Amino acid sequence: MNLNRMLTPLIISTALFITALIANISNEYVLIALFLTAGLIAGHRVIFKALLSIKNGQIFNENFLMSIAAIGAFLIGEYAEGVAVMLFYRIGEVFETYAVNKSRRSISSLMELRPDHANVMFDGEMRTTDPEDVEVGQLIAVKPGERVPLDARVVEGNSMIDTSALTGESIPKEIEPGDTLLSGSINLNGILIAEVTSRFEESTVSKILEMVENSLSRKAQSERFITRFARFYTPVVVALAALISVVPPLLVSGQEFSDWIYRALVFLVISCPCALVISVPLGFFGGIGGASRQGILVKGGNSLEDLALTEIVVFDKTGTLTKGVFSVSDIKTVEMSRETLLEIAAHAESFSDHPVSQSLLTAYGEETDKERISEAEELPGHGVRSVVDGKTVLVGNAKLMDRFGITRQDMYPVNVARTGVVIHVAIDGNYSGAVLIADSLKEDAAETIRTLKKSGVKRTVMLTGDVHEAGTAVAEKLGLDEVYSDLLPVDKVEIFESLLSMASKSGKVAFVGDGINDAPVLARADIGIAMGGLGSDAAIEASDIVIMTDEPKKVVDAIRISKRTNRIVRQNIVFSIGIKGLILILAAAGVASMWVGVFADVGVTILAIFNSMRALKLLGNR
Amino acid sequence: MKKTFRLEGLGCASCAAKMERDISKLDGVRSATVNFLTTKLVIEADESEMDRIVEKSRKIVKKLEPYCEIK
Repeated sequence: MNLNRMLTPLIISTALFITALIANISNEYVLIALFLTAGLIAGHRVIFKALLSIKNGQIFNENFLMSIAAIGAFLIGEYAEGVAVMLFYRIGEVFETYAVNKSRRSISSLMELRPDHANVMFDGEMRTTDPEDVEVGQLIAVKPGERVPLDARVVEGNSMIDTSALTGESIPKEIEPGDTLLSGSINLNGILIAEVTSRFEESTVSKILEMVENSLSRKAQSERFITRFARFYTPVVVALAALISVVPPLLVSGQEFSDWIYRALVFLVISCPCALVISVPLGFFGGIGGASRQGILVKGGNSLEDLALTEIVVFDKTGTLTKGVFSVSDIKTVEMSRETLLEIAAHAESFSDHPVSQSLLTAYGEETDKERISEAEELPGHGVRSVVDGKTVLVGNAKLMDRFGITRQDMYPVNVARTGVVIHVAIDGNYSGAVLIADSLKEDAAETIRTLKKSGVKRTVMLTGDVHEAGTAVAEKLGLDEVYSDLLPVDKVEIFESLLSMASKSGKVAFVGDGINDAPVLARADIGIAMGGLGSDAAIEASDIVIMTDEPKKVVDAIRISKRTNRIVRQNIVFSIGIKGLILILAAAGVASMWVGVFADVGVTILAIFNSMRALKLLGNR
Repeated sequence: MKKTFRLEGLGCASCAAKMERDISKLDGVRSATVNFLTTKLVIEADESEMDRIVEKSRKIVKKLEPYCEIK
């Protein structure tokens, strides 16, 4: 409801109420009339709603209880208190509406990711349409400042794009023809023409929104607890109120009915469980919203709650802790500089598009001079034979060297050689050196393992299909506790099962993988974390948390967000139940007035809502 | 089949919880969730039963929050 429309009657009512309190009115009837008017202006709607719900057979709702409390106060002659109940209840509702609207807005600002139009190209002309009507294969134009409406591949134009809404990464990314554009990112400068690669329903932005919106249907344990608690709280408090109003005056002589009825009315005032019912899901939703701003998508309140209890984190190796891309990690030479060897090898390989030659060319880093190469021949399964600067150069594996009768030298001990691929180089029939090409670690992998330990994770484990030497080398570099290597996808599930049984009863086991080959393990884990964005649908389906970027350190961030959210939710539960319990005791003892009751009820709700909103805030850098 | 509705004027969180409980109990409903924050009601049921279920849900919502409307 409109806040202003709610406020006007309240201001009038407050003015009348204050007049009645401070003006020295001697005529009792005038005074009552004044209070009654103030009370009705503030509370007629509440009473009306109460009557409606009685007609509908719903008794225990807050309107009814507040009405009884206010009317009861009038009947026992506590006019001021009766008005106060209605007035403060309504003022509280205004604040509550404000707070709820505010949080709804910050949630919908997340939803602003949703693009509202797409510029489709028809015969070189640009037409604006609904993104939902665009088909795969059509060309769209994205102007500077616009949000990319659908996943697409750039065919024309260069630009910088801001992907922060998707990945939490604030540094703009350079984009050129051939690159993928994810919907939801913002084009910063140049015009881009791109070919649509997926329909709107399947594009990244739709998937994210759907995930966040649906996240609340998977309820957290504490949420279920509070809903159950709320179901019993109101009837119990109302029953207690009924008992308190009748039993003491009947059993103990000298006790006034009006005194005990007053105490019972205070009970009614605080019998609504709203603070709890709003603030717990709001806390989780805030946490999920906050996480999604950092490129961590959480699929349910339950996962966010469980993540804080993680005892064992199991990582897949390739693509998760390592880049999954082979690159030159070492060069050893015989009688020449490493730079020269790399330069010659890169030139020899420059006509090949084999992954090995790509790694060599990347490591060389400069344009190769095609003039220097007079012959180039690819020998599948072996390597290449080229003529560079008039010299015959062989670049390839041991088989290539044997084939041309070159005597190899063992540049790398066997255990090192097995961590990657050794490429031998021979020039004019003489062995010249070797290049070790291996999968490299992600920059933040070691830091991730270190900080995981600090944040309370007891064991870190790595599973890999690679050979033992490669696995151990990585595990040692990163400081992992355990490593299982030489695994087939089936073995991974088996080993994971045994790890599951090692965790304590309340402890959780998380699995972090890129979803290639490991979807079954993702599904089996207490918390399955899929890494590397929305690449594989199977991974998203099987996982509980999706990390949009390739950074393993987001796992640490996710655990931190989870802990913070749980703390906020716990604070709210303890605080709300505590305050309400305290007021109930004070009211029974006759110490708490109805004023205190209303303040406590409304105040607790508002504080709990604001506390929950903290969960949405971005976490600062550690 | 899943259908999403907006609950206009949803103001009370505990009523939302009650709506969810009552709608879930309707015959033919596979699952129902009421999200107080996004003010959305999602019902999952067979297509042939949907109209009847929506009609009943409308009544439940009206009963719990007279000013609240399913859109």
